[in-house]
Amino acid sequence: MSYPDDLAYSREHEWVRADGTRATIGITSFAADELGDIVFVELPEVGAALSQFATFGVVESVKAVSDLYAPVSGAVVEINEALRDTPELLNSDPFGEGWLARIELADRSELDALLDAAAYAEATA
Amino acid sequence: MSVADAPRTDASGRGAAFSGASGGGELTVVEPLIFERSHAGRRAVRFPAASDEARRMGEGQPEVPSSVLRREPPRLPEVSELEMLRHFNRLAHLNQAIDLNFYPLGSCTMKYNPKVNEWAARLPGLAESHPLDPEKLGQGSLELMWLLAELLKEISGFAAVSLQPAAGAHGELTGMLIARAFHRANGEGDQRTKVLVPDSAHGTNPATATMVGYETVTIRSNERGGIDLEALRGALGPDVAALMITNPSTLGIFEDQIDEVIAAVKAAGAIAYMDGANLNAILGRFRPGEAGFDVMHFNLHKTFSTPHGGGGPGAGPIGVSQRLEPFLPAPIPVLAEGDAAEVMRQALAGRSTPGARFALDDDRPDSIGKVRSWYGNFGMFVRAYTYIRSNGDSGLRTISEDAVLAANYLRVRLHDAYDLPYDRLSKHEVVFSGRRQKREHGVTTLDIAKAILDYGIHPPTIYFPLIVEEAMMVEPTETESLETLDRFVDVMLQIASRAADDPGSIKAAPVTTPVGRLDEAAAARRPDLGYRFGADVAAAPAGSLSGPAGETPTP
Amino acid sequence: MTYSPHTDADRSAMLDAIGVGSVDELFEDIPAAVRASAWDIPSPLTEQEVRAELSRLAGRNRIPEVSFLGAGVYRHLVPSVVAEVIGRPEFATAYTPYQPEVSQGTLQSIYEFQSLVCELTGMEVATASHYDGATATAEAALMACRLTRRNRVAISAGVSPDTRRVLETYCSGPGIEVVTVPIDLAEGGTGTTRPQDAAVVLGEDVACLVAAQPNFYGQLEPMRELAEVAHAASAQLVAVVEPTSLALLEPPGAYGADIVAAEGQPLGIPASFGGPYVGLMAARMASVRQMPGRLVGATRDGVGRRGYVLTLQAREQHIRREKAASNICTNQALMALAATAYLCAVGPEGLREVAERSVIQARHLAGALEAAGLATRRFSGPYFAEVTMRVPNAAHRHAAMAEQGIVAGHLTERSEPMLHDTLLLATTELTTDADIERLVGALRDSA
Repeated sequence: MSYPDDLAYSREHEWVRADGTRATIGITSFAADELGDIVFVELPEVGAALSQFATFGVVESVKAVSDLYAPVSGAVVEINEALRDTPELLNSDPFGEGWLARIELADRSELDALLDAAAYAEATA
Repeated sequence: MSVADAPRTDASGRGAAFSGASGGGELTVVEPLIFERSHAGRRAVRFPAASDEARRMGEGQPEVPSSVLRREPPRLPEVSELEMLRHFNRLAHLNQAIDLNFYPLGSCTMKYNPKVNEWAARLPGLAESHPLDPEKLGQGSLELMWLLAELLKEISGFAAVSLQPAAGAHGELTGMLIARAFHRANGEGDQRTKVLVPDSAHGTNPATATMVGYETVTIRSNERGGIDLEALRGALGPDVAALMITNPSTLGIFEDQIDEVIAAVKAAGAIAYMDGANLNAILGRFRPGEAGFDVMHFNLHKTFSTPHGGGGPGAGPIGVSQRLEPFLPAPIPVLAEGDAAEVMRQALAGRSTPGARFALDDDRPDSIGKVRSWYGNFGMFVRAYTYIRSNGDSGLRTISEDAVLAANYLRVRLHDAYDLPYDRLSKHEVVFSGRRQKREHGVTTLDIAKAILDYGIHPPTIYFPLIVEEAMMVEPTETESLETLDRFVDVMLQIASRAADDPGSIKAAPVTTPVGRLDEAAAARRPDLGYRFGADVAAAPAGSLSGPAGETPTP
Repeated sequence: MTYSPHTDADRSAMLDAIGVGSVDELFEDIPAAVRASAWDIPSPLTEQEVRAELSRLAGRNRIPEVSFLGAGVYRHLVPSVVAEVIGRPEFATAYTPYQPEVSQGTLQSIYEFQSLVCELTGMEVATASHYDGATATAEAALMACRLTRRNRVAISAGVSPDTRRVLETYCSGPGIEVVTVPIDLAEGGTGTTRPQDAAVVLGEDVACLVAAQPNFYGQLEPMRELAEVAHAASAQLVAVVEPTSLALLEPPGAYGADIVAAEGQPLGIPASFGGPYVGLMAARMASVRQMPGRLVGATRDGVGRRGYVLTLQAREQHIRREKAASNICTNQALMALAATAYLCAVGPEGLREVAERSVIQARHLAGALEAAGLATRRFSGPYFAEVTMRVPNAAHRHAAMAEQGIVAGHLTERSEPMLHDTLLLATTELTTDADIERLVGALRDSA
């Protein structure tokens, strides 16, 4: 299994795409496959403060439920409203249309604590 | 009966009763909703009109103000009695049930529900008795409850019993509220905040702990499937309120160090709670109260054969040790006048004791309160009492012996075809793993369960306990004949070989049921939880439904 | 009597297959120190004998010839066809529909039940059932706490005492404080909850106001005003209703209830000394993920056949474990089926007849007692199908009439000391004019 090279990954299966002080976060295809058909995502409200490795939401599949862990700290500036009606985007396009939230990064150096694609691939092998 | 070489064309055995299912377009309807059968003006039951005299006598009374009246009548179905009966009879035909076929649903004890129990529960003297009838008029109900409680005490070895909880999980809630009341009474209420639960436990155990405000700490199982005694000892301390342990466990295994487990829990000042879901395996062999447990719930709908009703009603009485007795829910049926031993002796001889008086004791200052209305699911008490008296001493022992015999028989017959992560003596059930079929043939336990449906058998419980990969939890119970058990073995062997030779056929199952595999993801993503009447009707609920209205086309 | 099918030969064959010499060997994993000692359980009975024993106990009960007892449990006609439906073994001897392909009967009937409860209450979503009305009410209050993230509950004293006790026990679990809002108990008062009294209690930390319509004393509450007061405090209104009354009364969804709880016993379920009954719960769709208990949803299979499944299960204990909305697992499915069959059998006209007839007879009863100078209404204002009457020397007369097989309702001082010498009298469609005459006569004779 290979993962997009331009992302950073947490061991809890979230990814981050940093762009300046902004970042987009989501869950990996590995996590989506493990959960199976995702039916519901509970996301924080815009303005909520996330802290790295703390829970910030919940994702439900038909027969499982899992907490979401923030890969980096920061304030939520946008959430993916499309997931409300079409949570299946998390299964069909986890690294694209199935993004979860955009945040204003609190500390870019936190990215150093994350894995690159190769290391994440190894961690999930 | 020889095993079907191939699945029958109709697992229900009712031929093509449903082949003519109506429906147009892409949606086929097996049986219309009762709302879809409604025709304005049709009706079934009628009631006599009120008399003129009655209306006249009430004339001076305050009127129900029009401001609180509803504007449109509720849109209940308008059907004739025959149409209504046929609708429910057709629905009944879509169900699998114990009375039709083998139903080895693990942890649920799907045994035969004797019909004399139903006869008893419908006796007008019992069925029509009102919970607030004056004590004098309800002596039979009170005596029955008292007798049942006495028998449950004797069966379980506990000092006292409350019949009030309505189901097993409700018994857990009651038991844990009692545990907390005990610690509070001892001044340790604030200090003891944790409940230990093995990783093999039912989800109800941790959910119950939360409802009582406790934090759940999971204790791992050892490599033999039992609770890890060292992990338990490590977790026990002055902050632990209780251990909730299912014994025999959800793996169908008796905790063979249970004496040490109880001793460790009590030495730490905690309450030893036994989840009695699996009592069916140990009647007459192990009495939890006698062994030192503080509290246990019974599932009358499992061990004592009250029908499961498609998901209830159950009944979840609890037994407690002497030190917990003051905290039981109120009220409790008691023998207020008369000698208990004499009343019991007379009742066992089929006689009422002159002068004996039963009452409800509601003067219980240390009680946790009430956990449900009135006194419990009384109709279930009637059935359970009937069952215990019918079976008696020898019958109850035979239940457990034959249940354990059947589970062990299936274990040895199937243990080459399926993985058996914990290959030990079984109690009420045996837990296989479908991991080999998944790894080697891509056939999951879900696929196997669906394939079982095509043989007219209800599948085992699957994917539980969580600590067994691809789990299949088989509880045959004592009421299935050897031929039935052998047929199940043959079916499971045939499925194992089909999984190897023709996995596609297993993944396509079921093919004989009224509907095929249903899209559960779609159901959860866009919930359709009730019939939608035409949106033009004035009395439609206010507010918009989340999810698109009219998602389900109706013919 | 045993229900085991096994012959000795069967047992031997199984023991041989297992490779053990005796059944006792199968129990050797029970530590010797804790094996059961002898127990004192009676000998088995044949069917004939066990029937005699159960007949003895049933005969020890005395079913009143005339009863005006309600107080939360009502004697209505149970149509024969309802008993027929729930007696079907395919419903009675199935369990929770974990395998939807062979459980469509149970699942569709629950979907119909949910639909009927929504239609009666005017709400958007209803659960598959709860143990009874009291636990449904308690769970509704806990649900309101989750929705509002608040930890106090206000409950009107007009809610049945039994229900209030259960709610208090449930709330004691997670440490939620319960505050009681008094009702106007003054002689000749309304017997209902005053919105201003509720407003005093409803602070920033109160999750919900729980009120009953009609209330325990039969009186009609100002539900619309109570909803307004609750919503002004950003709290929820939990309406506790009697389902047959909803043939006539405004559905709670219309007056602003956020959650509805009800005891479903009046819908085709016998009194059976307090159970089994069925709890109803309904709410707004926006709250569905905080609802406790099972839900059935419609979907389809791979070839387009409509079917029903348990859904939104991630709320429940078997998936969410310690984070579940409730620990409820087994509920009261067969009793929910009874309610479903009942509502289909009586239909909208029948349910209206039941409710209307019950109200007419309550008014008849109160009018007759007042005309005879035997009793006066304890409260002013409108009541529904149950009426609270002031009767001198009530306790004594209640007992004396019971001796004659007449139950003159519920003696209210048993649960509310302020209401001594007071009877709570219920009528239903089964109450005949002759019953009322009999009560009036017996009350007169017992003076």
